[in-house]
Amino acid sequence: MEALKQYLDLYTAHRDLIDSHSCAPLNLLRDEAFRELAEHPLPRKGSENYEATDIAEMISPDFGLNIADVPLEVNRACTFRCAAPLIQSHLLVVDNDTINIPASLSEQLPEGVELRSLRDLGREEPEFLVKYYGSLASIGNPIVALDTMLLRDGICLRVRKGTRLERPLQIVNILAAAAPLMAVRRMLVVIEEDAEAKVLVCNHTQSVDLDMMDLGVVEIYVGRGAMFDYYEMEESTEKTRRLSALYLRQEESSRVTVDSMTIYNGTTRNEFHTHFAGENGSLRLLGFGIADSNRSVSVLSRIDHQVARCHSDELFKFSVDDHATADFTGRIHVAHGAVKTEAYQSCRNLVGSAEAKVNSKPQLEIYNDDVKCSHGSAIGQLDPLQLFYMRTRGLDEAAATLLLKQAFMADVIEGVEIPTLRERLHTIVEQRFAGTPTGCLSNCAAHE
Amino acid sequence: MLKVKELRAEINGKEILKGVNLEVRPGEVHAIMGPNGAGKSTLSMVLSGNPAYTVTGGEAEFYGKDLLAMPPEVRSHEGLFLGFQYPVEIPGVSMVNFMRAAINAKREYFHEPPMSATDFLKMMREKRAVVELDTKLASRSVNEGFSGGEKKRNEIFQMAVLEPRLSILDETDSGLDIDALRIVAEGVNKLKSADNATIVITHYQRLLDYIKPDFVHILYKGRIVMTGGPELALELEERGYDWIRNQIDGENEGKEA
Repeated sequence: MEALKQYLDLYTAHRDLIDSHSCAPLNLLRDEAFRELAEHPLPRKGSENYEATDIAEMISPDFGLNIADVPLEVNRACTFRCAAPLIQSHLLVVDNDTINIPASLSEQLPEGVELRSLRDLGREEPEFLVKYYGSLASIGNPIVALDTMLLRDGICLRVRKGTRLERPLQIVNILAAAAPLMAVRRMLVVIEEDAEAKVLVCNHTQSVDLDMMDLGVVEIYVGRGAMFDYYEMEESTEKTRRLSALYLRQEESSRVTVDSMTIYNGTTRNEFHTHFAGENGSLRLLGFGIADSNRSVSVLSRIDHQVARCHSDELFKFSVDDHATADFTGRIHVAHGAVKTEAYQSCRNLVGSAEAKVNSKPQLEIYNDDVKCSHGSAIGQLDPLQLFYMRTRGLDEAAATLLLKQAFMADVIEGVEIPTLRERLHTIVEQRFAGTPTGCLSNCAAHE
Repeated sequence: MLKVKELRAEINGKEILKGVNLEVRPGEVHAIMGPNGAGKSTLSMVLSGNPAYTVTGGEAEFYGKDLLAMPPEVRSHEGLFLGFQYPVEIPGVSMVNFMRAAINAKREYFHEPPMSATDFLKMMREKRAVVELDTKLASRSVNEGFSGGEKKRNEIFQMAVLEPRLSILDETDSGLDIDALRIVAEGVNKLKSADNATIVITHYQRLLDYIKPDFVHILYKGRIVMTGGPELALELEERGYDWIRNQIDGENEGKEA
């Protein structure tokens, strides 16, 4: 309770200040979020669905919050170069939680594609924001409640009916400050009927030695017949904590890919809550996490088949070494009337040391008979025979191990539909396992 | 090149090799035959350094160096090759990347720069021809989804790429139809020279119709109990392994009595 109290007190004391730097539709939900947090204790570590996440501990450092929207000095010279040079994208860089969408970016977007800050949207088109903001993300989720209570601004991507965004939108989030900071982020994505878009979000931390917190909620609406790909990559630091909850609603015949990649991190909890609202929808939910040292990655997924004839394919892979931990809790719920559902879940894990740990909890709840569903979970080590085979061809143990670990992640990377990103990811994963700095840092002038 | 003296080895506490003696010189082809469970595969695993096996006695010298002290990758660099009875599938690692890593590891061992991309591709093309290996297979993951015959051909392809001084081919004939057997055997024969040697481990005589051995050894109960020329394989084919069993076990019984 102590950990949470500092945020509740901050809110009580500065509610007006927070409101004044935000907009009415966002301010509307704050009190409910506050009540939710004040009245319900945070889930304790070890309780259902929080087997490995200690939310109270994660938010316990004395993080600063930029509630007055003070411009912070961010030298972003290096970080944002992560994948950008190789990917033709519409690029938006976000320093902490301050949203500045340059006019040049808005202008290069095709007609029918709107990228705006929530604050601007709330002032210009409040009814649109009220309709969508907070209607997927459940306030009963402490991550959502905390985000909703403290949120100042966020991003909204709207792709209008029948519009196709050719190049992906790349959002590079940077955490950088002179003192420990919590960035409170939010993203709203509305892909209307028959529209198509791809989004890549890269999360970086530049302040290596400081405790940093990345708190975020993403709400995605995908309309009838629309196609949407969402790739999310974390390349942060050991002192970064991340609490993220993604909510997705899919209408009839929509196709969605959500791919979450944790390459470097500290303590991470990523949640995915997806919901089929119309028939013939399909979803691929993919992800991988690579953790060594004392890092920990935790994934919670809820795939909800409420209607008939939808297809979901879920695959998560983790590789842990040293004292690292990975946790997977995945539930697929197939409702009574959701006949002809196809839902597949797989979680595979590689444990590289005696102290590393993986917990995997696959769950299928099926309430009708006419379905094809499966779940599989495996935790193991590298195959000694594969290692020996490679060594007889001249690769030493380290080289063979490296190739095998890369190979382990290959099928998740192959799920990426942006070819340049796919290529880049193979390299990033190779560098990650080899222990050399990946992506941004290795490209960074400041680190050369 | 290879001198094995009184080699003893065990796996999971069970002694399989009970004093093997073998000498191989450049240009020679040796066949090791024997009934199931005699220790044929164990001998190949121990000589190539599988860490699952423990050497409990004896020695093995390879060009004057202590073979048993080398890790498997160094044995490979020094020119030892093992063609697996059951080639291992490695999903996600392409044959091309695997072979490039193997070639360059060897070059690094000899303080040579990595092979250029052009030279590498040219070499791969040439070596593929030795066993008529499909281009498509070379771009796929190592052995993944290969048929039995393709896997064995892939072993000989790797042998061609690595240019070993001594190749141990462990039951390369098992699971092969006649055509595949011929292609594999021809591959081995093409790679044969006065400077290298081959140890062919086989259960049946038929492979020896294609790969002519200079010496045939019979391994039984963890020891080489009989050595002869090619005619020994033919005699064995005719009389069966019971002939060996009766002869050797009979002898021992006699001694014990």
